[in-house]
Amino acid sequence: MSTAAPQEAAAAEPRRRLPNRAGMPPWVEKVVVPVVFLVAAAFLPFLFDSGANFISTCALALAYTVMALGLNIIVGFAGLLDLGYVAFYAIGAYAMGWLGSGFFAHVNDDKGWHVAVTGFAASLPGIHLNFLLVLVGAMILTTIAGVLIGLPTLRLRGDYIAIVTLAFGEIIGKAAVNSDEVKLSGFPIIGGWLGDTFGQDQAVTAGRQGITPVDKVDLPFVDVFTSLNQRPWYWLALAMVAVVLFVNFRLRDSRLGRAWVALREDEVAAVSMGVPAVRTKLLAYGTGAAFGGFAGAYLGSKNNTVNADQFQFFFSIYVLGMVILGGLGSIWGVVLGAITLTFINYELLPELRDWPSKVGLDFDVSEINFGIYGFLLVIMMILRPQGLLPERRRKMELTVEADTHDESVYAARA
Amino acid sequence: MEAASVPSQRATAPRRTVWDYVSNYGLIVLLAAMPVYFAISDILSEEDNLSRLGNNLVDGLSNGSIWALVAIGYTLVYGIVELINFAHGEVFMIGSFTTAAFFGFLGLTQGTSAIVLFFGLLLTLLVAMAASGMLNVMIERVGYRPLRSAPKLAPLITAVGFSFILQNVGLLWYGGSPRGIPDLISAQKQLVDIGGVVITNGDVLAIGVTIPLLLVMTAFIGRSRLGKAMRATAQDPEAARLMGINVDTTISLTFLIGGLLAGSAGLIYALYQTTIWYFQGFTAGLVAFTAAVMGGIGNIQGAVLGGFIIGFIQQLSDNRIQPEWTNAIVFVYLILIMVFKPSGLLGEQTREAG
Repeated sequence: MSTAAPQEAAAAEPRRRLPNRAGMPPWVEKVVVPVVFLVAAAFLPFLFDSGANFISTCALALAYTVMALGLNIIVGFAGLLDLGYVAFYAIGAYAMGWLGSGFFAHVNDDKGWHVAVTGFAASLPGIHLNFLLVLVGAMILTTIAGVLIGLPTLRLRGDYIAIVTLAFGEIIGKAAVNSDEVKLSGFPIIGGWLGDTFGQDQAVTAGRQGITPVDKVDLPFVDVFTSLNQRPWYWLALAMVAVVLFVNFRLRDSRLGRAWVALREDEVAAVSMGVPAVRTKLLAYGTGAAFGGFAGAYLGSKNNTVNADQFQFFFSIYVLGMVILGGLGSIWGVVLGAITLTFINYELLPELRDWPSKVGLDFDVSEINFGIYGFLLVIMMILRPQGLLPERRRKMELTVEADTHDESVYAARA
Repeated sequence: MEAASVPSQRATAPRRTVWDYVSNYGLIVLLAAMPVYFAISDILSEEDNLSRLGNNLVDGLSNGSIWALVAIGYTLVYGIVELINFAHGEVFMIGSFTTAAFFGFLGLTQGTSAIVLFFGLLLTLLVAMAASGMLNVMIERVGYRPLRSAPKLAPLITAVGFSFILQNVGLLWYGGSPRGIPDLISAQKQLVDIGGVVITNGDVLAIGVTIPLLLVMTAFIGRSRLGKAMRATAQDPEAARLMGINVDTTISLTFLIGGLLAGSAGLIYALYQTTIWYFQGFTAGLVAFTAAVMGGIGNIQGAVLGGFIIGFIQQLSDNRIQPEWTNAIVFVYLILIMVFKPSGLLGEQTREAG
């Protein structure tokens, strides 16, 4: 299919006057800001104790940033509202749990399979792959899952996509909870072989109990990570953010990125200009999902447990909240949003726990964490609906009220 | 909702006929698959009659009437403002909680005489409906109206925010675990037995409250001036405004009606299940939205039909497969419906579903 010429034409138009950026010249946004941000962030751990809780929270914030940037590709660039992003977290984390723990204890006659692992894990039963291999596995699995969830939504638009992805996320979540009762040996056709390989009683997941312990990250040329020293975890997460940021910027300014934006703005026009809708949408789902799996595998190792309770609907909203709070489609906005929400969740809300006792009230704030979080979401959206650092293109859309085809009361700008 | 549909993008003619065939009948085949399978397996097994399936159907319809009432709230609100009102499930939950609290206030117990009980329940129904209706209007006023010109996702996020807030209100109100309330109408007591199909008090209550409310609602939206204003606003808010319709009032009214129905569903749920807890609204919301989509969003009859079908599917899954998998099965159905007939069973082609 020859689509090159019309795509160029579609992309040339926004280039004229609307730089697709948060009000910064390109070299500032893509060179100066990232270098300053990454260098400053790289030195941050030296200000704290190596086991400090704060560094652990920062590492989590960076891992969530990876997820939020992945979701930003789906929701922000391509305009496909995804309420089931937790599915990709779950699949990534389970890839880590399956391929890097003692969960499959009976493989290879209880001796275990080990590929390029060092240290303690090399002597344990179960499947133990090197972390980098797990990452690749997690990304392959989530990309497939992303394309699979993309397929039924191809004919749909707007909120219908949201509800299908939500259903998908819930199915994965329920499957994670309930599959501790499902035996691998009970599978049709391949059950016999699975039973012989993994043991007759091997379940698919560990449900609410969780797969634990999970192997610590094991990189070449570096000692195996430990939970006592949080600095390597933090630096690894920072490196992941750097990679994902680079990919995000390159994708956004590529032909594919322009095709995403074109589809988001007007699907009919984009298709008639020769943008291949199916391939473009599936690539958005696949790429966004892969980042979810990337971060999911990391979080599985960092949390040291892959527990079905982690994969609830709330998590999808949590990540979506980061993207929307930061500003849909704005890369730096999403980074800011992810860091803000993580700190509200892990630092501010626990901080609030002491307040009632200070004023002499016997009242447990941790009970109403969700309510406070919800309240903050409402306040933030009402005060700044376009996000903290809105994308320039969207900023202009919001101020121009010249919509002729748009008849929704809540202007239908996804 | 927009009348004009997006032109079809499918190109080749033969494939289109096959696909049209699948999308017209595939969904019906799909929905019929589970009941037919269990009917055949019942007949072939030693039971040799369909009374078990009949009982599933009755229970399914009773549960389904609750989902239908909640689903109408979703479908009305979505039809008029194109917003998934995530807080709606929690409005339903608050309806249940108000019911429980008002029982305590009136001092209704299982020993109360029938006539007092009847008027007590009627009063409670009105209070629960009023509470949920006002709450829904307030949420719209505070959370959605300021965001009308904002990006579409902004009100969605405030809806989720309100949903979390209301869940915590429920949590503080009645605690974190499911809580039993007095079984005022002896919900599981057998009323009649038709050839092995048992109809209980609870079933009669559920159907007896739902059907009149639905009739009133359909008549209101179909016949009254305000109903006409609602439909006009749903079709084209700008034109409706030019015709002198107060769009803000109409939208508030829509939220009020949705809330009233959710409140009544809350009462039925409390009396039928005799347990309430703060998390009931979340699942109910997802299930009811599925029902609304299944029936064709924006379509009231569709929402009711969808509610009944989902109730039946759930009951079959609870009774025959495993209760833990019920929600997953409902969502699998949702995805299949989206694949085969995105506009739902009774829905027209809309811009969103196009």
